[in-house]
Amino acid sequence: MMAAFEPKIVGILCNWCSYAGADLAGISRTKYPANIRIIRVMCSGRVDPTFVLQAFAEGADGVLVSGCHPGDCHYQEGNYKTYARAEILEQLLEQMGIEKGRFRLTWVSANEGEIFASLVSEMVEEVRALGPFRPTRERFAELQATIGREVAPAAGAGGEGND
Amino acid sequence: MPGSDATSCGILRVVAGAEQTEIGTGVQGMSDVRTGVYVCHCGSNIAEKVDCARVREFASELKNVVVARDYQYMCSEPGQELIRQDVEKNGINRVVVASCSPRMHEPTFRKTLETAGLNGYLLEMANIREHCSWVTTDREAATEKAAALVAGAVARVAFHEPLEERFADLKQRLLVVGGGIAGIEAALKVAAGGYQVTLVEKEPSIGGNMARLDKTFPTLDCSACILTPKMVAVAQSENVTLYTYAEVEKVEGYVGNFQVTIRQKARSVDTSKCTGCGVCYGKCPTRVPSEFDAGLGTRKAIYVPFPQAVPNKPVIDREHCLQFTKGKCGVCARFCPTGAIDYEQGDQLITEEFGAIIIATGYETWDPAAAPQWGYGRYDNVLTAMQLERLVNAAGPTKGKIQLQDGSTPEAVAILHCIGSRDENYHRYCSRFCCMSSLKLAHLAREKTGAEVYNFYIDLRAFGKGYEEFYNRVQEEGVHFIRGKGAEVIRKDGRLAVRAEDTLLGRYREVPVDMVVLNTAAVPRRDSEKVGQVFGIQPSPDGFFLEAHVKLEPLKTATDGIYIAGCCQGPKDIPDSVAQGAGAASEVLSLFAAGKVKISPVVATVDSQLCSGCRVCLPLCPYSAISYDEVNRTAYVNEATCKGCGTCVASCPSGALSVRHFTDEEIIAQIKEVLAV
Ligand code: FES
Repeated sequence: MMAAFEPKIVGILCNWCSYAGADLAGISRTKYPANIRIIRVMCSGRVDPTFVLQAFAEGADGVLVSGCHPGDCHYQEGNYKTYARAEILEQLLEQMGIEKGRFRLTWVSANEGEIFASLVSEMVEEVRALGPFRPTRERFAELQATIGREVAPAAGAGGEGND
Repeated sequence: MPGSDATSCGILRVVAGAEQTEIGTGVQGMSDVRTGVYVCHCGSNIAEKVDCARVREFASELKNVVVARDYQYMCSEPGQELIRQDVEKNGINRVVVASCSPRMHEPTFRKTLETAGLNGYLLEMANIREHCSWVTTDREAATEKAAALVAGAVARVAFHEPLEERFADLKQRLLVVGGGIAGIEAALKVAAGGYQVTLVEKEPSIGGNMARLDKTFPTLDCSACILTPKMVAVAQSENVTLYTYAEVEKVEGYVGNFQVTIRQKARSVDTSKCTGCGVCYGKCPTRVPSEFDAGLGTRKAIYVPFPQAVPNKPVIDREHCLQFTKGKCGVCARFCPTGAIDYEQGDQLITEEFGAIIIATGYETWDPAAAPQWGYGRYDNVLTAMQLERLVNAAGPTKGKIQLQDGSTPEAVAILHCIGSRDENYHRYCSRFCCMSSLKLAHLAREKTGAEVYNFYIDLRAFGKGYEEFYNRVQEEGVHFIRGKGAEVIRKDGRLAVRAEDTLLGRYREVPVDMVVLNTAAVPRRDSEKVGQVFGIQPSPDGFFLEAHVKLEPLKTATDGIYIAGCCQGPKDIPDSVAQGAGAASEVLSLFAAGKVKISPVVATVDSQLCSGCRVCLPLCPYSAISYDEVNRTAYVNEATCKGCGTCVASCPSGALSVRHFTDEEIIAQIKEVLAV
C-alpha cells in the first residue's frame, strides 16, 4: 500500500452552471485538492450513465456529476433527467458493490465557486478514506457487460494504478 | 511524467475502444490527425504553479501530436501566430490550447484557427488556469493535473470534426422588462434606432424608483424634472409599445426568436376610453396607504400612483376596492364621464416575438423592521431614506415639509448609513449609492429645517464625478459627521437617541435627535428569483442577476440575447443605470444591425441505421426538436430548434443519437486519458 493514496476523480460538469462555478473557484483563487479532472458537457443531461461506469472502468476512484440547480438548467430540464437517471445508476452501482461515496450528483451554480471547492475537498477526503477503487473479477465482468465494450484488466490489475 | 503512455490507464484498459470509436463518427483516417499543443504561461498565472515546459514535453509524446509549444501569452497576437505558422508549416489540423477557461477564450482561438484556414471546431481547450493553477497549492500536483487535462484534450480533439456555423433570421424587435430609468433609457435608444420596442412594467406607471426621489446628487437636479421628459418620450415614441400593470409570464425560444407571453393584468379601466381626467379617484371613497409614498400618505382604491404617471390612466386595486370586496359601491363608474370603468375586465395574455430581451427590473430597499435595534416600526419618527425622500418632495404627503409625527419641525436629525449593508448579519455588500444619498438628504434636511444633522457612517464613499466636491460642500454647510455605525436607536427623555461608537474619537456616543433616517440596503426585488427562472438567468451570491463576465460582459447574461441593465444587476446610482441602459441598447443595436444570428452547429443527430424508432427521445426534448418520421420509422432532429444539450443522446437505448462536438467517443476518450496520467 502506498503511503499516501491520491484518489483520481472525474468531474463531469455542465457548461452553464457547474463548470462556470468551477471557473469562479479559480477566479477567486479558492484552493482545493488537485485530484479532480474536469470534463465539460453542455448540460448534465448529456451525462450518459455509461460515462460514469466507463470512468470507473478506466481507473477513476470517484466520479462527480454536477449540473445547475433544479429549475436553473440552461436547457430547462436536463438536470431533472440527470437526477432521474442517477437514481437508477446509484442502485446499479450499489449492486455492483461500488461504495456510495464514490459517485456524487450535485448542483452547483455559476456563483458557487466556494461551494464547488469545498465539495471537491470533501469528496476527495471521502474517496481517500474508501481507498483505491479496485474492482474484483466479478464486478469487473459486470462493468464490462454494462458498458457493452470489451474491457480487459491491464497488467497488474488490482494494483495501484501507475501514479 | 508518469503514465504518459497513453494506452496504459491505471487499472483497466479499453482494448477494442479504437474500433468502436470509428463507428458513426464520420472521421475517416484517424491517422491523418496532426495535433498542435500550445501550453500558455499566462504570464505567471499558470507558470507559477504549473511547470509549462514539462507539460509541453509530456504533450509532445502524446498520440497524434506533431508539435507542442509553450508560450508566455497564447492569446496575444504572437501567440496566435504560432498556431497559424504551425498550420502552414507543420500541417497541423487539430489544435489544443492549454490555457484559461474555454468560457473565456474559446471564441478567440476558434478565430485563430479560422484565419489559419482551419475550421474553428477543430480546437479543444484544456483549462489549466481556472481549474488548475489557480486552485492548486502544490506545484507538482498542479503540473500533473495540467498534464492530465492536456492528455484528455488531445484525445478528444482527434474526434473533432469541422462544423459549419449557420445563421438564422432574427426578429428585430426588443422586449424591455422594467420601466425604471435603465429600462426607459434602453427602450428609447433602441427605438431611436428605428426598431420596435415593447416595454413591460409591473406597476401601473413607468418611472421606477427614480420617480420617487426628490433631488439627485450631486447636482441637486429635481429627479422628476429630468425623468419625466423621458417617460413622456416613451409614451410618444411610435416605436415603443408600452404595457404597464403587466408581467412577463413565459419565455420560450432563443436569441433572435423569443416567444414571450405577457400577462396584462386587469386594470378595470378601458384605457381607450379613459381620458385621465381624474374624476374617478377624486370621488373614490376608499383610502389605502400609498406604496409610492413609502406608506406615508394614502391613495384611493382607484388611482394613478403619482401625478406625472405614464400612462396617466388609473387602475383599480381590486384588493381594496369596495366594488370587489363588498360587491357594492360603483362610484367611479357612476362619475366617469366616458364610461371607461370596466369591473368585468379580465387579465389578458399577449404573445409576441422578440429578437432580444433587456431585463431592467431594478431594486427595492430593505425593510428595517426586521432589525428591532434601529427602532423602525417601534418608535415614531424613525423613517427610511425613501420616506424622507417623499417628505421632502413637494408632491409628497406633506407637500415638501419635513415634519415629525406631531406636525412639528425636527431640531435634530440623524441619518444612519449602511443599515443592512456591509453587515454580516444582513447583506455583506455595499449598496453603493447610500453614502451619496445620505449626503443629499442631509443637505435637504438642513436646508429645509435648519436642524442639526448628524450622519453616522462607517466609511464615506464619494466615488463619482463631482461627488467628493459635494461631500465637501455638505461638510461646509455644517452637517455633523460621526465616524461610527449607528448601532442602536433608543427612546430617551421624550426624544430619540442614536448610540454609536465614534471610531475617530475612540469613544462611545449617544446623540439625542428628533428624527432618525435609516438609509437601508438596496436589495433584489422580492420576485427576482421568479423573474430569473422565467428568463433563465441566474442570480449572483447577493441575489442580483449575474452578468456573463463581471468586467468585460457586464450587460450580457449566460443566455444569448438576454441582457441586464441597472440595479437588477447590483446597486448603482442614476448615472451608472443610465449608462447600463444605453450599453444594453447598444448590444441590442449591434445584434439587430447584423440582422442574423449565428446558431451553433453543436446539435443532436440521428443515425437512422441504428434508430429503432422507439421514440423515447421525443418527450425528453425541451424544445420539441425531435420528431418521428412515420415513413422511415425513425426519429429526426430539427437542427434549427435543437440547442445541443445532449439530454436525448444520453437516453437513446440504441445509441442512434449523437450530439456534435460532444459525442460519446469524444467524452469517453477524454475520460480515459485524463485518468491515464
Ligand atoms: S445546463 Fe446545467 S444542468 Fe442543464
